[in-house]
Amino acid sequence: MNSLYAQLQWLPRAQLDFSSKLKALASETGPVGAELRSLALGALDLNQLTKLAKFIANARSQKRSLSPLVPFRLAVLSNSTIDMIVPALIASAARHGIDLQVIQPSYDQVAQEALTPDSTVNSSNSDAVLFALDYRALPLKLSLGDQEAAQATVQGTVGYLQALRTGIKSNSNSVCIFQSLASPVEPLFGSLDRALPGTLRSLIDAVNRELTVMVLESGDVLFDVAGLAETVGLADWHDLHLWNMGKFPFSDELIPLYADHVARIVAAIRGKSAKVLVLDLDNTVWGGVIGDDGLEGINIAQGDARGEAHLAVQRLALDLRKRGIVLAVSSKNTDEVAREPFQKHPEMLLKLDHIAVFQANWNDKATNLQAIANELSLGLDSLVFLDDNPVERGLVRQMLPQVAVPELPDDAAGYVRYLAAAGYFEAVTFASEDLKRAGFYQDNARRATLQKQVGNLDAYLASLDMTITFQPFDATGRARIVQLINKSNQYNLTTRRYTDPEVAEVENDPHVFTRQIRLADIFGDNGMVSVVICRPADAGVWQIDTWLMSCRVLGRKVEHMVLREILEHARANGIHKLVGVYKPTERNKLVVDHYPKLGFDLVMKDETGLTSWELMVEGAEIEAAPMKVVSQGFVNAG
Amino acid sequence: MDEPQIYTRLDEIFRDVFDDDVRVTRELSAKDVDGWDSLTHIRLMLTIEKAFKIKFSTSEIGKMENVNDLVSLIKARG
Repeated sequence: MNSLYAQLQWLPRAQLDFSSKLKALASETGPVGAELRSLALGALDLNQLTKLAKFIANARSQKRSLSPLVPFRLAVLSNSTIDMIVPALIASAARHGIDLQVIQPSYDQVAQEALTPDSTVNSSNSDAVLFALDYRALPLKLSLGDQEAAQATVQGTVGYLQALRTGIKSNSNSVCIFQSLASPVEPLFGSLDRALPGTLRSLIDAVNRELTVMVLESGDVLFDVAGLAETVGLADWHDLHLWNMGKFPFSDELIPLYADHVARIVAAIRGKSAKVLVLDLDNTVWGGVIGDDGLEGINIAQGDARGEAHLAVQRLALDLRKRGIVLAVSSKNTDEVAREPFQKHPEMLLKLDHIAVFQANWNDKATNLQAIANELSLGLDSLVFLDDNPVERGLVRQMLPQVAVPELPDDAAGYVRYLAAAGYFEAVTFASEDLKRAGFYQDNARRATLQKQVGNLDAYLASLDMTITFQPFDATGRARIVQLINKSNQYNLTTRRYTDPEVAEVENDPHVFTRQIRLADIFGDNGMVSVVICRPADAGVWQIDTWLMSCRVLGRKVEHMVLREILEHARANGIHKLVGVYKPTERNKLVVDHYPKLGFDLVMKDETGLTSWELMVEGAEIEAAPMKVVSQGFVNAG
Repeated sequence: MDEPQIYTRLDEIFRDVFDDDVRVTRELSAKDVDGWDSLTHIRLMLTIEKAFKIKFSTSEIGKMENVNDLVSLIKARG
């Protein structure tokens, strides 16, 4: 079974302490909606969904407020056993911000319930009725090769559905949700089943076609179960064992998926679908890092596997824009550098014109997403944020839980499928105004100004469980050191390039202080992320010759920890002063304030913008950041 | 998989399926556990099938009297 769909892999994994959190919530007072939603945001399995639904039922019977979940009453009419599905519907609805109450009349009473004016369903005051019917519920009589009889069967079937609809519509104000039919897998002839009139497969094809027409004309809602079942595979969808055992309509393993789809539709009816796609740039919209690799170095080449993957992201974004989804950018980059590919790269499909709000700066992404929402005058729950970096995704989920952030696979080829599978932009209707929406926001959007930080960054950093490792240069690390020295452009104070022999030379010079720095966190090992070289200058003075860092770990306070490391060893070596230089290039505007932010004092500034800074070692206090420190390989600590 | 391992795994599964912590013993049966109705029984069986990567037949699911029957079946399949 395809795990992306069966295990809802676009969602973060369920919280490990899901059950205990739920229990803890039972003893609290006050509204529990937000906590329930946050628990539901994980990829819950059927047992977890059932527990969550039980909790909601208890909370409701105790008259506890489920705010801010929005109430919705859904009646479900089915020809099969849906008792295992109903709890999943309730819990999945919480994931989409809905407090779902399900009205479930007795088993297999579809026609009676729809047609009787005072039936359970018709008197339930439901917002919508879901006809959860599959092909076994309908009069699909085989008429092999008989076109006329087949047509009569199709008309009869659709007529039956229409009669059910009329029954509901004349006795209540409910919206009708119809399911398309998933075809069974057992053929009668083989391939001919698709072509020959009157086979089950061709009857179902025809009913589905008629059903779509009926729904579009009447203003009802379609739940394309046929499409969903085809997506996961019909053989996995239909579980004959379960059907025989208790008339369970499809595989239990796909109940979480089915329930999430129903919840999306309900949320869409309530107007809660997302409206904005916010794109990260480096390694999301293009392969590579524009600040380091440059215009020629990023990969969006057609015919190149990696380039095609990122082009596919761009294509999907453009198609979404065509249906009215607003596009925005949030990238850790210097603004001009980030815009360059949009303006100059011939293979870029996305242009600046397509982007309503363009946020490229060095703030944390939560702050930027808030700014984007403000700029568009939309709530945070309108945003979907696509980013390849799990740390950024985690930060946004923690600080702005309202923003939808899909998990992404390691291989960029899967990005589009994950984003599409998540169904954030589910719509139940499409009107001409939708077409204009992206342009409307575009006109009104100015570049958002950024203010205060949101959330508690330190708490988030602590939750990353980081380990920083300091080590003098050595032969093993040299290749990567040389690569960083020659490739890093943005977080690089002096942009001095050294060859392998030159690095080997400082490595072996006992008077030079060198450090290679690695960082690991809960998401894995980031490898070597920073390099420092300090050379002795005047007596008792260290000149910081090189200080660079990978932008991937920006905002993690690595630079603070590096300075602590330098200071500690400066003291041990009788150094009383550190001198640092910022040498401006076209790419390193990011670090113009690196030294003053760390408490260095300005000594000199020349006409090229080069600045020189110093820090007295005695009395310099740098607060430790929340990470574990490991020192390795200090044979002749220097 | 030997019997103690099966019981350890069943302890986890019962915690997933039922609300309250259930101590899984040989004699444990549906009447001893709050919420162990026919529907939950099926959900329990489906969870066990998945966890042990086995399949029960419809009649086996119906015939199980207590945990001991269940463990015998798992052992026979494993």
